Amino acid sequence: MTTTHDERSAAAHAAAGAPRTRKARGGGGAARGERRLAALLLSPTLLVLALVIGYPVLAGFRESLYARGEGLDENGFVVEGTRFVGLDNYTAIFSGDAADAFWNAFGNTTFFTFTTVILETVIGVGMALIMHQAFRGRAFVRASILVPWAIPTAISGLLWRWIFQADGAANAVLRQQILWTADGFPAKLAVIIAEVWKTSPFIGLLVLAGLQMIPKDVYEAARVDGASAWQQFRSITLPLVKPALLVAVLFRMLDVLRMFDLPAVLIGVNQDSVETLTMIAWFEASNLRYGSAAAYATILFGYIALIAYLFVKLLGADIIGEAREQTKRAKRRKPGPKRKAVAS
Amino acid sequence: MTGSRTRRILSYVGIAAVAVYCLAPFYWMTISAFRRPQDQFDNSIVPVRWSLENFTAVFRGDNGFGRALLNSVIVAGCTTVLTLIIGVFTAYALARLRFRFKNALLGLIIATTMFPGISQLVPLLKLFTDIGWINTYQAMIVPSLGFALPLSIWLLNAFFRQLPFELEQAAMVDGCTRGQAFRKIIVPLAAPGVFTTAILTFIAAWNEFLIALSMVNEKDMQTATVAISKFTGVSGFDQPFGTQMAAGVIVTVPLIVVVLIFQRRIVAGLTAGGVK
Repeated sequence: MTTTHDERSAAAHAAAGAPRTRKARGGGGAARGERRLAALLLSPTLLVLALVIGYPVLAGFRESLYARGEGLDENGFVVEGTRFVGLDNYTAIFSGDAADAFWNAFGNTTFFTFTTVILETVIGVGMALIMHQAFRGRAFVRASILVPWAIPTAISGLLWRWIFQADGAANAVLRQQILWTADGFPAKLAVIIAEVWKTSPFIGLLVLAGLQMIPKDVYEAARVDGASAWQQFRSITLPLVKPALLVAVLFRMLDVLRMFDLPAVLIGVNQDSVETLTMIAWFEASNLRYGSAAAYATILFGYIALIAYLFVKLLGADIIGEAREQTKRAKRRKPGPKRKAVAS
Repeated sequence: MTGSRTRRILSYVGIAAVAVYCLAPFYWMTISAFRRPQDQFDNSIVPVRWSLENFTAVFRGDNGFGRALLNSVIVAGCTTVLTLIIGVFTAYALARLRFRFKNALLGLIIATTMFPGISQLVPLLKLFTDIGWINTYQAMIVPSLGFALPLSIWLLNAFFRQLPFELEQAAMVDGCTRGQAFRKIIVPLAAPGVFTTAILTFIAAWNEFLIALSMVNEKDMQTATVAISKFTGVSGFDQPFGTQMAAGVIVTVPLIVVVLIFQRRIVAGLTAGGVK
């Protein structure tokens, strides 16, 4: 992500790597020992992740094929407990009233994702540019930018609920009488405002870090060549900040897609206007309809995976870029200009 | 020179706008907490009468807020410690050792942070009901490892890769074993990165809501964020905003103090990780 840092670490790695490769070539024992050590060090993490992520995802998929409740077996006896229902949980989601609720939640989730991420990116980049241009007070702003980030989401939900009260601060400032926290479009708007407030400073912070890596003389040269401020921004700043920005945007998107705390606290569960897929699944689970909840969760999982895949494919966001590049370089043992090819 | 002066003024205006954007809602929360309950809906910028009534109300018996704070500290603390113990070794291996499938493994670890919490929640909820873990600390700590571990490995990996590993090499040439070299050379150098990761992990665990809300239905086991969202007013009908704001201030201010003290490190950690 950062040129100077890359070069430094690559140099360090080359220095450290050289004698090691020689040793490894001398005898396979050292390399094998290293591999065994790696396996030893990695196994606790893999075990924990398998238990708390791998198992639930698979079990959740299995769960979504079962339903709880009474049913008749082939002899006409009543059987209790969970039974295999195939894709019934899924077809139930896509039929009747449930279908309306599902498509509503799906629409909300998608709408929130696109609006908040676009707004966050624009505001975040704006903030970063302002901070980068600052003569004084940069430290103060950087400190204040961390405040929204540090407030727990549930608390910020309450805070905005208070601001958006019928006789609260928002209406007083706007001199309006909008029922923000009731159902309807204002509720959507309230969620978007609260979400953007909390997360755009974070994007600003990342972009600022990217901006500070761009050498000043690049801009000098552009100015000498007569580039306008907008041209400088478009042809120098954006392309150089893009890799960091893309990763940040990807993570923000995936985070909004599973949004729960903010609309749940700010507006409440079971409100059509702000219900997201996670909220619908959570509501099913809290009513002990695990099969149906698991089906919603599985659909959401697939949706998130699809968006992540499309994002990485279409825009070429390289998430593990820095780490991967280093291993590639270490193999070639020379810093190559291949970064772009690896990244895309 | 007028050009540079307007630029200077514009820059100050911009800085002020960013600061107001970030701080105004938080200021409003704090100031609302210090109002008297009867002035709660007063929209003046500074309270007419300052009062601590909301803060005493937070710790009133039936809210159980002190207990909730303790629960939050236990859950977030255990999550952080466990995560770091497991994560440090993995991050070290990823940053330092050479083995096959490293990129695949990194990709896998980062992919797990994208998994929606809800798809993890439903089966665990069912499992924990079966083994009687509902209303226990471990029911909140274990699922939290699912998001805390990938996050901390990612951050630690970013920090560890910046370490001067040739020093370790030199120590091993001088006769240290790999373990000794790790302990005497790498651990002290890595400490700041580990510390930053600890803060970020703790904040992430402290802010957790979905799991804490679902795994617990007893008041005594609620974490602070869940407890605050469930505060009830004296009458039970109107939402006790003053108390909630005061509780919000109590939960947030320690975090903000820590964040401001370690500002530089945290910014370094966030930008190195690029993750939430």
